[in-house]
Amino acid sequence: MNRNGFWALCFNALFALFMMGPLLVVIGVSFTPTGYLEFPPSAISFRWFKAILDNPDFIDAAWISLELGLASATLSTLLAVPAALAIGRERFRGRDALQALFLSPLTVPTVVLGVAFLRFLSLFDINGTFLGLVLCHAVIVTPFVLRLVLASVTGVDRSIEMAATSLGASHWTVFRRVTLPLILPGVVGGWVLAFITSFDELTVTVFIVNPSTTTLPVRLFSHITQTTDPLIASISTMVILLTVLLMLAVNKLYGLDRLLIGGEAR
Amino acid sequence: MTVSGKATPWFLSAPALTLFAALLVTPLAMTFLLSFNSFSFYGGIENTFGLENYIEVLSDTYFYEIFGRTFLIAFITTAICAVLGLPEAYILFRMKPAWRSFMLLIVLGPLLISVVVRTLGWAILLGNKGVINEFLRDIGLITSPIRMMYTSTGIVVALVHVMIPFMILAVWAALQRQDPATERAAESLGAGPFTIFMRIVLPQAMPGVLSGSLIVFSLSASAFATPAVLGGRRVKMVSTTVYDEFLNTLNWPLGAAIAILLLVSVLTIMIAWNKLVERRYSGVFE
Repeated sequence: MNRNGFWALCFNALFALFMMGPLLVVIGVSFTPTGYLEFPPSAISFRWFKAILDNPDFIDAAWISLELGLASATLSTLLAVPAALAIGRERFRGRDALQALFLSPLTVPTVVLGVAFLRFLSLFDINGTFLGLVLCHAVIVTPFVLRLVLASVTGVDRSIEMAATSLGASHWTVFRRVTLPLILPGVVGGWVLAFITSFDELTVTVFIVNPSTTTLPVRLFSHITQTTDPLIASISTMVILLTVLLMLAVNKLYGLDRLLIGGEAR
Repeated sequence: MTVSGKATPWFLSAPALTLFAALLVTPLAMTFLLSFNSFSFYGGIENTFGLENYIEVLSDTYFYEIFGRTFLIAFITTAICAVLGLPEAYILFRMKPAWRSFMLLIVLGPLLISVVVRTLGWAILLGNKGVINEFLRDIGLITSPIRMMYTSTGIVVALVHVMIPFMILAVWAALQRQDPATERAAESLGAGPFTIFMRIVLPQAMPGVLSGSLIVFSLSASAFATPAVLGGRRVKMVSTTVYDEFLNTLNWPLGAAIAILLLVSVLTIMIAWNKLVERRYSGVFE
Protein backbone atom coordinates (compact mmCIF):
# COMPACT_ATOMS: atom_id res chain seq x y z
CA MET A 1 0.00 0.00 0.00
CA ASN A 2 0.95 3.66 -0.01
CA ARG A 3 3.66 4.64 2.39
CA ASN A 4 3.88 7.93 4.19
CA GLY A 5 6.65 10.22 2.99
CA PHE A 6 9.40 11.78 5.09
CA TRP A 7 7.53 14.99 5.85
CA ALA A 8 4.39 13.10 6.73
CA LEU A 9 6.35 11.08 9.29
CA CYS A 10 7.90 14.28 10.69
CA PHE A 11 4.44 15.76 11.08
CA ASN A 12 3.28 12.57 12.75
CA ALA A 13 6.21 12.62 15.20
CA LEU A 14 5.55 16.26 16.12
CA PHE A 15 1.88 15.49 16.53
CA ALA A 16 2.60 12.55 18.82
CA LEU A 17 4.87 14.81 20.88
CA PHE A 18 2.08 17.39 21.12
CA MET A 19 -0.39 14.75 22.31
CA MET A 20 2.00 13.14 24.79
CA GLY A 21 3.82 16.28 25.99
CA PRO A 22 1.39 17.41 28.69
CA LEU A 23 1.08 13.87 30.07
CA LEU A 24 4.85 13.24 30.07
CA VAL A 25 5.42 16.54 31.86
CA VAL A 26 2.90 15.62 34.58
CA ILE A 27 4.56 12.23 35.05
CA GLY A 28 8.04 13.81 35.08
CA VAL A 29 7.14 16.45 37.65
CA SER A 30 5.65 13.87 40.00
CA PHE A 31 9.10 12.31 40.61
CA THR A 32 10.69 15.53 41.87
CA PRO A 33 12.23 15.56 45.35
CA THR A 34 11.59 19.32 45.69
CA GLY A 35 8.53 21.01 47.10
CA TYR A 36 7.65 22.80 43.87
CA LEU A 37 6.87 21.82 40.28
CA GLU A 38 10.22 21.14 38.66
CA PHE A 39 10.82 19.79 35.16
CA PRO A 40 12.92 17.92 34.36
CA PRO A 41 13.23 16.73 37.97
CA SER A 42 16.73 17.15 39.42
CA ALA A 43 16.58 13.69 40.98
CA ILE A 44 14.16 10.80 41.14
CA SER A 45 12.17 10.59 44.33
CA PHE A 46 8.98 8.85 45.35
CA ARG A 47 8.33 11.44 48.05
CA TRP A 48 5.16 12.74 46.44
CA PHE A 49 3.78 9.28 45.84
CA LYS A 50 4.22 8.53 49.54
CA ALA A 51 2.52 11.85 50.26
CA ILE A 52 -0.67 10.57 48.63
CA LEU A 53 -1.05 8.17 51.56
CA ASP A 54 -1.01 11.11 53.98
CA ASN A 55 -3.89 12.77 52.14
CA PRO A 56 -6.94 10.63 52.84
CA ASP A 57 -9.11 13.29 51.17
CA PHE A 58 -7.81 12.24 47.78
CA ILE A 59 -8.05 8.53 48.55
CA ASP A 60 -11.66 8.93 49.72
CA ALA A 61 -12.44 10.91 46.58
CA ALA A 62 -10.90 8.19 44.41
CA TRP A 63 -13.10 5.58 46.10
CA ILE A 64 -16.19 7.69 45.54
CA SER A 65 -15.30 8.11 41.86
CA LEU A 66 -14.77 4.36 41.56
CA GLU A 67 -18.09 3.49 43.21
CA LEU A 68 -19.87 6.19 41.23
CA GLY A 69 -18.42 4.91 37.96
CA LEU A 70 -19.38 1.30 38.75
CA ALA A 71 -22.90 2.21 39.86
CA SER A 72 -23.77 4.67 37.08
CA ALA A 73 -22.24 2.56 34.28
CA THR A 74 -24.14 -0.49 35.51
CA LEU A 75 -27.42 1.38 35.93
CA SER A 76 -27.17 2.99 32.50
CA THR A 77 -26.26 -0.36 30.87
CA LEU A 78 -29.31 -2.00 32.46
CA LEU A 79 -31.50 0.77 31.01
CA ALA A 80 -29.76 1.19 27.65
CA VAL A 81 -29.69 -2.46 26.55
CA PRO A 82 -33.51 -2.93 26.37
CA ALA A 83 -33.86 0.57 24.89
CA ALA A 84 -31.27 -0.28 22.23
CA LEU A 85 -33.09 -3.52 21.42
CA ALA A 86 -36.31 -1.53 20.91
CA ILE A 87 -34.72 1.25 18.86
CA GLY A 88 -32.38 -0.99 16.90
CA ARG A 89 -34.86 -3.59 15.69
CA GLU A 90 -38.43 -2.35 15.98
CA ARG A 91 -40.13 0.14 13.68
CA PHE A 92 -42.56 2.27 15.66
CA ARG A 93 -43.85 5.82 15.84
CA GLY A 94 -41.65 8.01 17.99
CA ARG A 95 -38.58 5.84 17.49
CA ASP A 96 -36.43 8.68 16.10
CA ALA A 97 -37.58 11.02 18.85
CA LEU A 98 -36.74 8.43 21.49
CA GLN A 99 -33.26 7.90 20.08
CA ALA A 100 -32.69 11.67 19.88
CA LEU A 101 -33.75 12.02 23.52
CA PHE A 102 -31.40 9.28 24.72
CA LEU A 103 -28.48 10.81 22.78
CA SER A 104 -29.29 14.41 23.76
CA PRO A 105 -26.94 14.58 26.79
CA LEU A 106 -24.12 14.67 24.21
CA THR A 107 -25.55 17.84 22.66
CA VAL A 108 -26.55 19.85 25.72
CA PRO A 109 -23.51 21.76 27.06
CA THR A 110 -22.31 20.02 30.22
CA VAL A 111 -22.40 23.21 32.25
CA VAL A 112 -26.12 23.51 31.41
CA LEU A 113 -26.67 19.93 32.55
CA GLY A 114 -24.77 20.77 35.73
CA VAL A 115 -26.99 23.70 36.70
CA ALA A 116 -30.15 21.80 35.70
CA PHE A 117 -29.21 18.87 37.94
CA LEU A 118 -28.27 21.22 40.77
CA ARG A 119 -31.63 22.98 40.53
CA PHE A 120 -33.53 19.70 40.45
CA LEU A 121 -31.63 17.88 43.20
CA SER A 122 -31.66 20.84 45.58
CA LEU A 123 -35.43 21.18 45.23
CA PHE A 124 -35.84 17.59 46.38
CA ASP A 125 -33.13 17.98 48.97
CA ILE A 126 -30.98 15.18 47.57
CA ASN A 127 -28.18 17.42 46.29
CA GLY A 128 -24.78 16.03 47.16
CA THR A 129 -26.11 12.57 47.95
CA PHE A 130 -24.55 9.53 46.33
CA LEU A 131 -27.95 8.52 44.91
CA GLY A 132 -28.31 11.91 43.22
CA LEU A 133 -24.82 11.59 41.72
CA VAL A 134 -25.52 8.09 40.40
CA LEU A 135 -28.79 9.13 38.72
CA CYS A 136 -27.24 12.21 37.09
CA HIS A 137 -24.17 10.30 35.91
CA ALA A 138 -26.42 7.54 34.52
CA VAL A 139 -28.11 10.18 32.32
CA ILE A 140 -24.74 11.53 31.11
CA VAL A 141 -23.21 8.14 30.23
CA THR A 142 -26.30 6.49 28.68
CA PRO A 143 -25.61 7.91 25.16
CA PHE A 144 -22.23 6.16 25.11
CA VAL A 145 -23.70 2.78 26.07
CA LEU A 146 -26.65 3.20 23.72
CA ARG A 147 -24.45 3.98 20.71
CA LEU A 148 -22.21 0.96 21.17
CA VAL A 149 -25.06 -1.44 21.97
CA LEU A 150 -27.08 -0.13 18.99
CA ALA A 151 -24.12 -0.80 16.69
CA SER A 152 -23.90 -4.43 17.84
CA VAL A 153 -27.70 -4.96 17.88
CA THR A 154 -28.01 -4.08 14.20
CA GLY A 155 -25.38 -6.71 13.39
CA VAL A 156 -27.30 -9.61 14.99
CA ASP A 157 -28.64 -12.28 12.65
CA ARG A 158 -32.27 -12.67 13.67
CA SER A 159 -32.72 -16.09 12.13
CA ILE A 160 -30.74 -17.58 15.06
CA GLU A 161 -33.27 -16.09 17.45
CA MET A 162 -36.15 -17.38 15.38
CA ALA A 163 -34.59 -20.84 15.36
CA ALA A 164 -34.37 -20.77 19.16
CA THR A 165 -37.99 -19.60 19.42
CA SER A 166 -39.19 -22.32 17.05
CA LEU A 167 -37.42 -24.89 19.23
CA GLY A 168 -39.57 -23.74 22.15
CA ALA A 169 -37.33 -21.22 23.97
CA SER A 170 -39.14 -18.45 25.84
CA HIS A 171 -38.40 -14.73 25.15
CA TRP A 172 -36.24 -14.51 28.22
CA THR A 173 -34.28 -17.65 27.33
CA VAL A 174 -33.74 -16.38 23.78
CA PHE A 175 -32.41 -13.10 25.16
CA ARG A 176 -30.20 -14.76 27.77
CA ARG A 177 -28.82 -17.61 25.63
CA VAL A 178 -28.78 -16.10 22.13
CA THR A 179 -29.14 -12.32 21.90
CA LEU A 180 -27.05 -11.26 24.89
CA PRO A 181 -23.99 -13.37 23.96
CA LEU A 182 -24.15 -11.93 20.44
CA ILE A 183 -24.29 -8.29 21.57
CA LEU A 184 -21.96 -8.78 24.55
CA PRO A 185 -18.91 -7.03 22.99
CA GLY A 186 -21.02 -3.90 22.47
CA VAL A 187 -22.47 -4.12 25.98
CA VAL A 188 -19.05 -4.54 27.61
CA GLY A 189 -17.50 -1.82 25.44
CA GLY A 190 -20.37 0.51 26.31
CA TRP A 191 -20.04 -0.24 30.01
CA VAL A 192 -16.28 0.48 29.96
CA LEU A 193 -16.74 3.75 28.05
CA ALA A 194 -19.50 4.72 30.50
CA PHE A 195 -17.30 3.89 33.47
CA ILE A 196 -14.38 5.96 32.16
CA THR A 197 -16.70 8.87 31.29
CA SER A 198 -18.27 8.85 34.74
CA PHE A 199 -14.91 8.44 36.50
CA ASP A 200 -13.47 11.49 34.68
CA GLU A 201 -16.59 13.69 34.66
CA LEU A 202 -15.94 17.12 36.12
CA THR A 203 -18.19 19.85 34.73
CA VAL A 204 -21.52 18.38 35.80
CA THR A 205 -20.22 16.82 38.98
CA VAL A 206 -18.68 20.04 40.31
CA PHE A 207 -22.21 21.45 40.65
CA ILE A 208 -23.78 18.51 42.46
CA VAL A 209 -21.27 17.28 45.05
CA ASN A 210 -20.98 18.14 48.70
CA PRO A 211 -17.78 17.82 50.75
CA SER A 212 -18.54 14.20 51.68
CA THR A 213 -19.28 13.04 48.13
CA THR A 214 -16.51 14.95 46.30
CA THR A 215 -15.13 12.90 43.42
CA LEU A 216 -11.48 12.69 42.39
CA PRO A 217 -11.72 15.06 39.37
CA VAL A 218 -13.56 17.66 41.47
CA ARG A 219 -11.00 17.36 44.31
CA LEU A 220 -8.14 17.68 41.79
CA PHE A 221 -9.83 20.63 40.11
CA SER A 222 -10.43 22.61 43.29
CA HIS A 223 -6.86 21.88 44.42
CA ILE A 224 -5.38 23.03 41.09
CA THR A 225 -7.39 26.26 41.05
CA GLN A 226 -5.98 27.17 44.47
CA THR A 227 -2.42 25.92 44.29
CA THR A 228 -0.22 23.63 42.24
CA ASP A 229 2.26 21.36 43.99
CA PRO A 230 3.96 18.06 43.11
CA LEU A 231 1.26 16.19 45.08
CA ILE A 232 -1.26 17.06 42.38
CA ALA A 233 1.19 15.69 39.79
CA SER A 234 1.74 12.40 41.61
CA ILE A 235 -2.02 11.85 41.96
CA SER A 236 -2.50 12.73 38.29
CA THR A 237 0.25 10.24 37.41
CA MET A 238 -1.68 7.53 39.23
CA VAL A 239 -4.82 8.51 37.27
CA ILE A 240 -2.87 8.33 33.98
CA LEU A 241 -1.41 4.95 34.94
CA LEU A 242 -4.81 3.47 35.82
CA THR A 243 -6.42 4.82 32.63
CA VAL A 244 -3.59 3.44 30.48
CA LEU A 245 -3.92 -0.01 32.08
CA LEU A 246 -7.68 0.04 31.49
CA MET A 247 -7.12 1.26 27.91
CA LEU A 248 -4.63 -1.51 27.15
CA ALA A 249 -7.06 -4.11 28.49
CA VAL A 250 -9.89 -2.67 26.37
CA ASN A 251 -7.63 -2.50 23.32
CA LYS A 252 -6.86 -6.23 23.71
CA LEU A 253 -10.51 -7.19 24.29
CA TYR A 254 -12.39 -4.90 21.98
CA GLY A 255 -10.15 -2.55 19.99
CA LEU A 256 -9.71 1.01 21.14
CA ASP A 257 -10.56 2.60 17.78
CA ARG A 258 -13.75 0.57 17.66
CA LEU A 259 -14.68 1.65 21.19
CA LEU A 260 -14.08 5.32 20.39
CA ILE A 261 -15.64 5.38 16.96
CA GLY A 262 -18.69 3.74 18.49
CA GLY A 263 -18.79 0.47 16.60
CA GLU A 264 -18.80 2.05 13.14
CA ALA A 265 -15.42 0.71 12.20
CA ARG A 266 -14.43 -2.91 12.21
CA MET B 1 -39.00 -11.34 17.78
CA THR B 2 -41.88 -11.39 15.42
CA VAL B 3 -44.53 -11.71 18.10
CA SER B 4 -43.90 -8.24 19.46
CA GLY B 5 -46.96 -6.03 19.53
CA LYS B 6 -47.09 -2.26 19.27
CA ALA B 7 -46.42 -1.83 22.98
CA THR B 8 -43.20 -3.87 23.13
CA PRO B 9 -40.71 -1.15 22.12
CA TRP B 10 -42.23 1.24 24.63
CA PHE B 11 -42.17 -1.43 27.30
CA LEU B 12 -38.45 -2.01 26.61
CA SER B 13 -37.67 1.71 26.59
CA ALA B 14 -39.79 2.55 29.62
CA PRO B 15 -37.04 2.30 32.28
CA ALA B 16 -34.65 4.56 30.36
CA LEU B 17 -37.49 6.89 29.40
CA THR B 18 -38.51 7.25 33.05
CA LEU B 19 -34.97 8.21 34.06
CA PHE B 20 -34.66 10.72 31.22
CA ALA B 21 -38.06 12.28 31.86
CA ALA B 22 -37.34 12.67 35.57
CA LEU B 23 -33.67 13.63 35.44
CA LEU B 24 -33.16 15.37 32.12
CA VAL B 25 -36.36 16.87 30.74
CA THR B 26 -37.71 18.05 34.11
CA PRO B 27 -34.44 19.65 35.33
CA LEU B 28 -33.96 21.46 32.00
CA ALA B 29 -37.53 22.77 32.11
CA MET B 30 -37.03 23.90 35.70
CA THR B 31 -33.81 25.71 34.77
CA PHE B 32 -35.69 27.47 31.98
CA LEU B 33 -38.34 28.63 34.48
CA LEU B 34 -35.65 29.60 36.99
CA SER B 35 -34.12 31.98 34.44
CA PHE B 36 -37.29 34.14 34.64
CA ASN B 37 -37.17 34.44 38.45
CA SER B 38 -35.57 37.38 40.17
CA PHE B 39 -32.84 37.51 42.74
CA SER B 40 -31.84 39.87 45.51
CA PHE B 41 -28.83 39.62 47.77
CA TYR B 42 -31.03 39.73 50.87
CA GLY B 43 -34.11 37.79 49.80
CA GLY B 44 -32.46 35.20 47.56
CA ILE B 45 -34.47 33.72 44.70
CA GLU B 46 -37.95 35.24 44.36
CA ASN B 47 -40.69 33.41 42.58
CA THR B 48 -41.56 36.22 40.17
CA PHE B 49 -41.76 36.00 36.41
CA GLY B 50 -39.93 38.49 34.24
CA LEU B 51 -37.31 38.98 31.57
CA GLU B 52 -34.92 41.06 33.67
CA ASN B 53 -32.12 38.44 33.69
CA TYR B 54 -32.13 38.22 29.92
CA ILE B 55 -32.29 42.02 29.63
CA GLU B 56 -29.36 42.29 32.04
CA VAL B 57 -27.22 39.88 30.00
CA LEU B 58 -28.20 41.25 26.61
CA SER B 59 -27.67 44.90 27.55
CA ASP B 60 -24.30 44.58 29.26
CA THR B 61 -21.06 44.81 27.25
CA TYR B 62 -19.39 42.68 29.96
CA PHE B 63 -21.49 39.69 28.94
CA TYR B 64 -21.11 40.46 25.24
CA GLU B 65 -17.37 40.28 25.72
CA ILE B 66 -17.66 36.89 27.45
CA PHE B 67 -19.95 35.40 24.81
CA GLY B 68 -17.84 36.88 22.00
CA ARG B 69 -14.62 35.54 23.49
CA THR B 70 -16.19 32.09 24.03
CA PHE B 71 -17.33 31.72 20.44
CA LEU B 72 -14.11 33.19 19.04
CA ILE B 73 -12.02 30.73 21.07
CA ALA B 74 -14.30 27.86 19.98
CA PHE B 75 -14.03 28.95 16.34
CA ILE B 76 -10.23 29.25 16.34
CA THR B 77 -9.91 25.91 18.16
CA THR B 78 -12.14 24.27 15.55
CA ALA B 79 -10.14 25.74 12.66
CA ILE B 80 -6.81 24.57 14.12
CA CYS B 81 -8.24 21.11 14.85
CA ALA B 82 -9.40 20.82 11.22
CA VAL B 83 -6.06 21.98 9.77
CA LEU B 84 -3.98 19.64 11.96
CA GLY B 85 -6.44 16.77 12.41
CA LEU B 86 -7.17 16.12 8.75
CA PRO B 87 -3.57 15.41 7.67
CA GLU B 88 -2.89 13.45 10.87
CA ALA B 89 -5.93 11.22 10.28
CA TYR B 90 -4.79 10.67 6.69
CA ILE B 91 -1.25 9.78 7.80
CA LEU B 92 -2.64 7.35 10.40
CA PHE B 93 -4.90 5.85 7.76
CA ARG B 94 -1.95 5.10 5.49
CA MET B 95 0.17 3.45 8.18
CA LYS B 96 0.86 -0.28 8.40
CA PRO B 97 -1.62 -1.92 10.80
CA ALA B 98 0.87 -2.65 13.60
CA TRP B 99 2.22 0.90 13.69
CA ARG B 100 -1.25 2.27 13.28
CA SER B 101 -2.64 0.58 16.40
CA PHE B 102 0.27 1.96 18.41
CA MET B 103 -0.12 5.48 17.01
CA LEU B 104 -3.89 5.40 17.54
CA LEU B 105 -3.25 4.61 21.19
CA ILE B 106 -0.95 7.64 21.44
CA VAL B 107 -3.16 10.02 19.47
CA LEU B 108 -6.62 8.95 20.69
CA GLY B 109 -5.68 7.62 24.12
CA PRO B 110 -5.56 11.07 25.77
CA LEU B 111 -9.28 11.32 25.01
CA LEU B 112 -9.87 8.88 27.83
CA ILE B 113 -7.56 10.60 30.33
CA SER B 114 -9.18 13.11 32.67
CA VAL B 115 -9.37 16.65 31.26
CA VAL B 116 -8.21 17.97 34.64
CA VAL B 117 -4.99 15.96 34.37
CA ARG B 118 -4.35 17.10 30.80
CA THR B 119 -5.01 20.71 31.75
CA LEU B 120 -2.57 20.40 34.65
CA GLY B 121 0.02 19.31 32.08
CA TRP B 122 -0.60 22.46 30.06
CA ALA B 123 -0.42 24.61 33.18
CA ILE B 124 3.05 23.17 33.88
CA LEU B 125 4.09 23.73 30.26
CA LEU B 126 2.69 27.24 29.77
CA GLY B 127 3.50 29.01 33.06
CA ASN B 128 5.89 31.98 33.26
CA LYS B 129 8.40 29.63 34.87
CA GLY B 130 6.96 26.73 32.92
CA VAL B 131 8.74 24.18 30.79
CA ILE B 132 8.38 26.07 27.49
CA ASN B 133 9.55 29.44 28.84
CA GLU B 134 12.50 27.89 30.71
CA PHE B 135 13.54 26.03 27.56
CA LEU B 136 13.33 29.13 25.37
CA ARG B 137 15.38 31.08 27.93
CA ASP B 138 18.00 28.30 28.21
CA ILE B 139 18.63 28.30 24.47
CA GLY B 140 18.78 32.10 24.52
CA LEU B 141 15.77 32.83 22.35
CA ILE B 142 14.04 35.02 24.93
CA THR B 143 15.15 36.99 27.98
CA SER B 144 11.80 37.60 29.66
CA PRO B 145 9.05 34.96 29.76
CA ILE B 146 6.22 34.99 27.22
CA ARG B 147 2.92 35.17 29.04
CA MET B 148 0.80 32.16 28.08
CA MET B 149 -1.08 31.31 31.27
CA TYR B 150 -4.25 33.35 31.78
CA THR B 151 -4.43 34.24 28.07
CA SER B 152 -6.83 33.20 25.33
CA THR B 153 -3.88 31.74 23.40
CA GLY B 154 -3.07 29.35 26.23
CA ILE B 155 -6.70 28.24 26.39
CA VAL B 156 -6.79 27.63 22.62
CA VAL B 157 -3.59 25.53 22.68
CA ALA B 158 -4.89 23.32 25.48
CA LEU B 159 -8.38 23.08 23.96
CA VAL B 160 -6.89 21.91 20.64
CA HIS B 161 -5.14 19.15 22.60
CA VAL B 162 -8.40 18.13 24.28
CA MET B 163 -10.59 18.32 21.17
CA ILE B 164 -8.41 17.13 18.28
CA PRO B 165 -9.03 13.40 18.90
CA PHE B 166 -12.71 14.02 18.09
CA MET B 167 -11.72 15.58 14.76
CA ILE B 168 -9.39 12.68 13.96
CA LEU B 169 -12.14 10.16 14.74
CA ALA B 170 -14.62 11.96 12.48
CA VAL B 171 -12.15 12.22 9.58
CA TRP B 172 -11.12 8.62 10.17
CA ALA B 173 -14.73 7.48 9.78
CA ALA B 174 -15.04 9.43 6.50
CA LEU B 175 -11.76 8.01 5.15
CA GLN B 176 -12.97 4.48 5.82
CA ARG B 177 -16.00 5.10 3.64
CA GLN B 178 -13.93 6.26 0.67
CA ASP B 179 -13.14 3.97 -2.21
CA PRO B 180 -9.39 3.10 -2.23
CA ALA B 181 -9.58 2.49 -5.98
CA THR B 182 -9.97 6.25 -6.59
CA GLU B 183 -6.50 6.95 -5.16
CA ARG B 184 -4.92 4.18 -7.22
CA ALA B 185 -6.70 5.37 -10.34
CA ALA B 186 -5.39 8.91 -9.85
CA GLU B 187 -1.89 7.54 -9.27
CA SER B 188 -1.98 5.44 -12.42
CA LEU B 189 -3.06 8.50 -14.38
CA GLY B 190 0.10 10.25 -13.20
CA ALA B 191 -1.08 12.44 -10.32
CA GLY B 192 1.53 13.32 -7.66
CA PRO B 193 0.90 12.78 -3.93
CA PHE B 194 -0.10 16.42 -3.41
CA THR B 195 -2.58 16.40 -6.29
CA ILE B 196 -4.04 13.11 -5.06
CA PHE B 197 -4.49 14.59 -1.59
CA MET B 198 -6.08 17.82 -2.81
CA ARG B 199 -8.28 16.41 -5.57
CA ILE B 200 -9.15 12.89 -4.37
CA VAL B 201 -8.68 12.53 -0.61
CA LEU B 202 -9.73 15.99 0.57
CA PRO B 203 -13.17 16.03 -1.11
CA GLN B 204 -13.94 12.56 0.26
CA ALA B 205 -12.68 13.47 3.75
CA MET B 206 -14.59 16.75 3.82
CA PRO B 207 -17.83 15.38 5.32
CA GLY B 208 -15.71 14.03 8.18
CA VAL B 209 -14.03 17.40 8.69
CA LEU B 210 -17.42 19.11 8.75
CA SER B 211 -19.02 16.72 11.23
CA GLY B 212 -15.84 16.79 13.32
CA SER B 213 -15.93 20.60 13.29
CA LEU B 214 -19.46 20.52 14.62
CA ILE B 215 -18.47 18.30 17.55
CA VAL B 216 -15.29 20.27 18.31
CA PHE B 217 -17.05 23.62 18.11
CA SER B 218 -19.92 22.72 20.41
CA LEU B 219 -17.64 21.03 22.95
CA SER B 220 -15.18 23.96 22.88
CA ALA B 221 -17.93 26.55 23.31
CA SER B 222 -19.06 24.81 26.49
CA ALA B 223 -15.68 23.64 27.79
CA PHE B 224 -15.20 24.27 31.49
CA ALA B 225 -12.09 22.75 33.10
CA THR B 226 -9.54 24.08 30.61
CA PRO B 227 -10.68 27.74 30.65
CA ALA B 228 -11.21 27.60 34.41
CA VAL B 229 -7.62 26.49 35.11
CA LEU B 230 -5.77 28.23 32.27
CA GLY B 231 -7.92 31.35 32.05
CA GLY B 232 -8.53 31.88 35.74
CA ARG B 233 -10.57 34.95 36.59
CA ARG B 234 -8.87 37.08 33.98
CA VAL B 235 -10.06 35.27 30.84
CA LYS B 236 -13.64 34.27 31.55
CA MET B 237 -15.73 32.13 29.25
CA VAL B 238 -19.47 31.47 29.37
CA SER B 239 -19.23 28.21 31.29
CA THR B 240 -16.90 29.64 33.94
CA THR B 241 -19.24 32.63 34.29
CA VAL B 242 -22.20 30.30 34.88
CA TYR B 243 -20.13 28.45 37.48
CA ASP B 244 -19.33 31.72 39.27
CA GLU B 245 -22.95 32.88 39.27
CA PHE B 246 -24.15 29.57 40.69
CA LEU B 247 -21.45 28.68 43.21
CA ASN B 248 -19.86 32.03 44.18
CA THR B 249 -22.34 34.88 43.66
CA LEU B 250 -25.30 32.50 44.23
CA ASN B 251 -27.38 34.45 41.71
CA TRP B 252 -29.02 31.33 40.33
CA PRO B 253 -31.64 33.04 38.11
CA LEU B 254 -28.97 35.08 36.29
CA GLY B 255 -26.74 32.00 35.98
CA ALA B 256 -29.70 30.05 34.59
CA ALA B 257 -30.38 32.77 32.01
CA ILE B 258 -26.72 32.69 30.86
CA ALA B 259 -26.85 28.88 30.69
CA ILE B 260 -30.06 28.94 28.63
CA LEU B 261 -28.51 31.52 26.27
CA LEU B 262 -25.48 29.25 25.86
CA LEU B 263 -27.72 26.26 25.14
CA VAL B 264 -29.81 28.19 22.62
CA SER B 265 -26.82 29.67 20.80
CA VAL B 266 -24.97 26.34 20.61
CA LEU B 267 -28.10 24.57 19.33
CA THR B 268 -28.77 27.32 16.79
CA ILE B 269 -25.23 27.15 15.43
CA MET B 270 -25.38 23.33 15.30
CA ILE B 271 -28.69 23.28 13.41
CA ALA B 272 -27.56 25.97 10.97
CA TRP B 273 -24.27 24.12 10.39
CA ASN B 274 -26.11 20.85 9.80
CA LYS B 275 -28.42 22.49 7.26
CA LEU B 276 -25.47 24.02 5.46
CA VAL B 277 -23.57 20.73 5.36
CA GLU B 278 -26.59 18.75 4.23
CA ARG B 279 -27.26 21.14 1.37
CA ARG B 280 -23.62 21.27 0.28
CA TYR B 281 -22.95 17.54 0.61
CA SER B 282 -26.37 16.01 0.15
CA GLY B 283 -24.96 13.40 -2.22
CA VAL B 284 -22.28 12.15 0.17
CA PHE B 285 -24.56 11.21 3.04
CA GLU B 286 -26.83 8.83 1.16
